[in-house]
Amino acid sequence: MDIPFLTSLVIFLPAVGALLTLALRDVSSIRWAALGTTTLTFLLSIGLFLGYDPSVSTAQAPQLVDMSSAWFPDAFDIKYFVGIDGLSLLLVMLTTLLGPIVVLSSWTYIEEKQKGYYALLLLLQTGVTGVFTSFDLFLFYIFFELTLIPMYFIIGVWGGKDRIYAAVKFVIYTLVGSLLMLVAILFLGYEAGAAVNNGVFTTDWYTLLEYNVPLATQGWLFALFAFSFAIKVPLFPLHTWLPDAHVQAPTGGSVILAGVLLKMGTYGLLRFCLPFFPNAAQNAALVIGILAVIGIVYGALIARVQEDAKSLVAYSSVSHLGFVVLGLFAFTTEAMQGAVIQMINHGLSTGALFLLVGMLYERRHTRLMDDYGGLASSVPVLTTLMVISVLASAGLPGLNGFVGEFMILLGSFKSTVLDSVLLVAFATSGVILAAMYLLYMVYRTFFGELTVEANAQMADVNGREFLLMAPLIVLMFVMGFYPAPFLRQTEPTTEFLLNRIEEKRAAALEAAETPRASGRVPVAPPEGAGEIRLDAEALSAQP
Amino acid sequence: MELADAYAAMAGDLPAVVSMMVVAFMGLVMLGVEAFRNDHPSIPWMGAAGLAVAAGWELSQLGAPQGTAFFDTVRTGGYAAFVNLIVLLSALATILLSTPYLNDLKRAYGEVYALIMYATVGMLLLGTANDMISIFVGLETMSVCLYILTGLVREDEGAVESALKYFLLGAFSTGFFLYGIALMYGATGTMVLPEMAEATLGTTSAQLMFWGGLGLFLVGFFFKVSAVPFHMWTPDVYQGSPTPLTGFMSTASKAAAFAALILVLYHAVPSGPASLVLAVVAVVTMVGGNVMALAQSNVKRLLAYSSIAHAGYVLVGLSAGTAAGYSGALFYLLVYAVMNIGAFGVMALLEWDGKQGREQTLDSLAGIGSRRPVLGVAMAVFMFSLIGFPPFGGFIGKWAVFAPAIDAGMTWLAIVGVLMSAVSAYYYLRVVYVFWMQSAADVEAASTFSDSALPRATSGAVGTLVVCALALLVLGVFAGGVLETTAAFFDVSAMAAAP
Repeated sequence: MDIPFLTSLVIFLPAVGALLTLALRDVSSIRWAALGTTTLTFLLSIGLFLGYDPSVSTAQAPQLVDMSSAWFPDAFDIKYFVGIDGLSLLLVMLTTLLGPIVVLSSWTYIEEKQKGYYALLLLLQTGVTGVFTSFDLFLFYIFFELTLIPMYFIIGVWGGKDRIYAAVKFVIYTLVGSLLMLVAILFLGYEAGAAVNNGVFTTDWYTLLEYNVPLATQGWLFALFAFSFAIKVPLFPLHTWLPDAHVQAPTGGSVILAGVLLKMGTYGLLRFCLPFFPNAAQNAALVIGILAVIGIVYGALIARVQEDAKSLVAYSSVSHLGFVVLGLFAFTTEAMQGAVIQMINHGLSTGALFLLVGMLYERRHTRLMDDYGGLASSVPVLTTLMVISVLASAGLPGLNGFVGEFMILLGSFKSTVLDSVLLVAFATSGVILAAMYLLYMVYRTFFGELTVEANAQMADVNGREFLLMAPLIVLMFVMGFYPAPFLRQTEPTTEFLLNRIEEKRAAALEAAETPRASGRVPVAPPEGAGEIRLDAEALSAQP
Repeated sequence: MELADAYAAMAGDLPAVVSMMVVAFMGLVMLGVEAFRNDHPSIPWMGAAGLAVAAGWELSQLGAPQGTAFFDTVRTGGYAAFVNLIVLLSALATILLSTPYLNDLKRAYGEVYALIMYATVGMLLLGTANDMISIFVGLETMSVCLYILTGLVREDEGAVESALKYFLLGAFSTGFFLYGIALMYGATGTMVLPEMAEATLGTTSAQLMFWGGLGLFLVGFFFKVSAVPFHMWTPDVYQGSPTPLTGFMSTASKAAAFAALILVLYHAVPSGPASLVLAVVAVVTMVGGNVMALAQSNVKRLLAYSSIAHAGYVLVGLSAGTAAGYSGALFYLLVYAVMNIGAFGVMALLEWDGKQGREQTLDSLAGIGSRRPVLGVAMAVFMFSLIGFPPFGGFIGKWAVFAPAIDAGMTWLAIVGVLMSAVSAYYYLRVVYVFWMQSAADVEAASTFSDSALPRATSGAVGTLVVCALALLVLGVFAGGVLETTAAFFDVSAMAAAP
């Protein structure tokens, strides 16, 4: 099957759907339109999965490329450049899969202003898919920011009591980081343009990859990029916006937020920070690793003392994403692949947890665990789903969470960059802590005495709810028992990235050590020449 | 030159000022109609038609080669056409937005529209000036009309205060401005901008006179574009003026003044020392405007401080001092005009206190988004664009001024700029959440809007706002063409072709 512009179609079909929902009048047709669009997008994205050939190296170009360079004036090498490689493929699939699930989960949950809700949800999906498929840094930035506006409204309009505080906090946190990253992008674009692109400003990912950033500038460029993505992940101590946003957001918003929005941070670290600034990244690896492990342990301990089931799941995200960051900064194949897989796993299992907590909330309008208890006898199916999701999230072997966490921990032990067994030992304790707080939650809500009358009357999952949970549960088992097809998709790209990182690291070191007298230093002379030329231009501009 | 030859040359130059002639002539016709048919409803439409014709003409001139006309006093060609287009479209939007507003205010005098036309003529001259006298004449024509428009509701104390304040401080700044011109003339012996740059400043005193004169000249300009610390008048004047006219003041007059400043910096001033001064003023303007806006409860005041902050962003582009910086600043002026006219336009259509919004708090509009969805969506677009969110024009605008600054080695300036943008997000988002996420029950306002008190929105006014919002989206996504156009104005080879 060969569909032209498939990648672009997967990105922009939801946006078209958003326009469609705006044109519709009654609630039922709006919901069906949203469901139809997201389902169609998911089906198209299966085409991406089938069309992607893992045996082809990413070294030259991504696959399924759509590109247009007629977007900006010639003075700027900024392109519309989207495609798929091993890093983006699974995340795009996760995004398109969560699309219809989120629409179904909001079916009765959203009771007012449905038109705006579904339109924004679809627009959000366009933004997220665009982030994962952009191979132009400028385009990436546009999609990255584009996700903020819909999420601001989804939290702020359909959220809980403190929704406005949470929404504004969410936007401002992210915005501070991303605007600083914009400065770094512009700086990098000019520097790389002067060095490897004939003096033309560039944001093409492959061109930027060719440019070895001098050691002196790597430090602060890495800091600005990493700061922005660390807020998004969120890395301890920048995580404080996350519990607020999660607790206040409606279920659909939480699922998207945990499932894919947070992955934009880890994806950004992997796609841009590590390969562009390898020396700075490896120098900072231990510090970031320590922060990640603090996040793992701290998130778990805070989750343990929550009274609100939703904020428990929110803090568990802080903990789980700590693993992903640790895996990225270990710089080994196992850990990096584990990190990519763990992003998907976290999307599935945490998404499922938020959906289930949302179902409880829809029935009883409370999320306090004390208000429940003994639900296992009244809602057996819901309980089963919850137990499976919790076990997957806690990393039980045989379910998906185990694969990712195991690979990350294994890779981190072997890591020569981190080189700290103590650190990984602490990280491992996070797995135990996760089992503790998650099982404690299940115990308090689903087992024990059935004391409250309303809980005994609670309806079990209906067909729609079962339908939306089913793909997640199935995938948890599939990825747990047979992760090979997924690992196979990501392996070549992660290996390519690690090789590039190593090459670039060595090249930057060499460039720094070789004195300027040596003529074959690739960076310094063109840079100086570029500056002189610009000055001359400015002078001759004066009549 | 013989007088007869001079007339012939001037007649040949007339195409350079077609839009000025059309607008001025239409203003006269409007006054004529007004004399016989008092406040006739067709008067604003005549103005709109005149402005549309003039804008159409300028649109056709965008690609024209640069040159000068009328003995080097005005510039012709693409740059002039672009600036004029911003001014004319702002004026057109202002007239369309003013009609329902002034009708509700019972101030739909024909003279008001004629004054808008004459202010526009002044701006057209200002943005195309090639010598100091043209700049001065344009600036004063514009300012005098704006003083009168500010005090339109003369029974209203607040409006009178605004007008008087504007007039007195404006007159004061004109003094600086003129003195600066005089000193620069004294040092160089010419009024024509490119000739000023060529003049040799042989003696120390000549250099002192030139740079001192430029300093005073800049003070006058900083006043007009309300850069900190010359911004004191802005919040009071913006708050007290009729709202659509505030929009006009904050966009068209700023665009024209900045256009003239770019011409002076680009043509008349050797690059170098001015850059650092501009950078410092840009920093204090961005910081001052954004930080003071945080504490505002009145929307018009909030937008006034925001417009101060945006002058700072434009100054970032100017302080880069490169062709890219100037063309980025031009692009920013276009985007800024669209979004700010829109923001003031929305506020004009949501004004219920009968005092030109002077005492109307932001909180009193809680939940208005769902009552007036079109205006609410448009306002959200304007606010997000003002913050600088993609995919709206404001983002490309910020990118177009920050990128040249980084290229020119002023990364610190860009960092201040983006941090201040993040600060600004706080108050712009406040407008959005008050509109969309709160209801009257959530806020502690003394009184809130009632549907009956809201002015009725005419289709012309709402249509203008919708066009503004869509234009921001187009400018944000398909900015390439416009950026290419503005960059071409500063192409060195094209400049060299100019006499």
